[in-house]
Amino acid sequence: MINYLFASFFIIGIIYSLLTNNLAISSEMLSSAKSGLDLMFSIIPIICLWLGIMNIAKKSGLLDKVAKLLTPILIVIFPEIPKNSPCFTYIGTNIVLNMLGVGSAATPFGLKAIKEMQKLNKQKDTATRSMITFLVMNTASVTIMPTTIISLRIMYHSISPESIIPYIIITSTLSCLIGLIIDRLFYVVKKV
Amino acid sequence: MIYISKIIIPLITIIVIVYALIKKVNIYDEFLEGVKEGLHLSLEIFPSMFAMIISVTVLVKSNFIDDLTSLININLFPKEILPIAILRPISSSSSVMILNTILNTYGPDSLIGKIASIITGSTDTTIYIIGMYYSSIKIKYIRHSLLIGLLADLSCIIISIIVTNIL
Repeated sequence: MINYLFASFFIIGIIYSLLTNNLAISSEMLSSAKSGLDLMFSIIPIICLWLGIMNIAKKSGLLDKVAKLLTPILIVIFPEIPKNSPCFTYIGTNIVLNMLGVGSAATPFGLKAIKEMQKLNKQKDTATRSMITFLVMNTASVTIMPTTIISLRIMYHSISPESIIPYIIITSTLSCLIGLIIDRLFYVVKKV
Repeated sequence: MIYISKIIIPLITIIVIVYALIKKVNIYDEFLEGVKEGLHLSLEIFPSMFAMIISVTVLVKSNFIDDLTSLININLFPKEILPIAILRPISSSSSVMILNTILNTYGPDSLIGKIASIITGSTDTTIYIIGMYYSSIKIKYIRHSLLIGLLADLSCIIISIIVTNIL
């Protein structure tokens, strides 16, 4: 997927530039390499800071506690998973980390969660209901701390870089709910 | 609301540290451990991000998306955000890159800058995530996963425009 995307960006971009006689594309390509590096250098410190704090939260058990708070809700959202499954801790931690804007740190827990779901799966090559629900929650995850976005806004001298947080909380919560509702509708409609 | 968002980062930090102190966790060492992990993670994502930045720059600077979106005439929302709406489900680094360009061009506190920030912050790379998770457990038939994911993304774009216009 990413493979074709990468190729098509280059092919479309270069052919279109040549067709429209846009020869600046050559120097743009070279200077983009430098701006790519600049972007990385502005994001690395934030990833380090946040993972440092998250590691303290993980070791003190705070992360586990917050994840456990979510379990009663998760039981309702994932009716197919048995109540005592370790799946819920993984899903909970995954959601909490996604909320805090460290999606990359959330991924290992998400991979564990979906592996547990696969154990419960009877048709190993077909996605189960819980898997679909879990991925909706992941792709449309509720976010309360969008670290990357805030760091980019700081870089461009926003008057208040964090002013975006309440908007993101509202938007991501609503779109996650809509995703879950559509997901539920699929099963309700099927039953009727 | 703005006050809450201003104190949320320090607040979470202090809660985490105080709780860990009570639990007698070696805070300094654990922090360093996390930073190390962060460096590893940064190095790991660097090549793909770098590759995406260059390929996206070629696409963006060729003016292909601009010319394409100027053909689509919708008055409901600023069309400058269309590229980000299209690319967000596909690639995280390329949508961050476009956000980067938008913030640079229009400023982070403009309406367009705000909407673009909200869309990038509220949704995730739907197609990439679905591909990665399912390939990790060898699922071939994903049923309606992609449809629901993209519908949720669409709702996010609509909500972000409504929210910025109301609040």
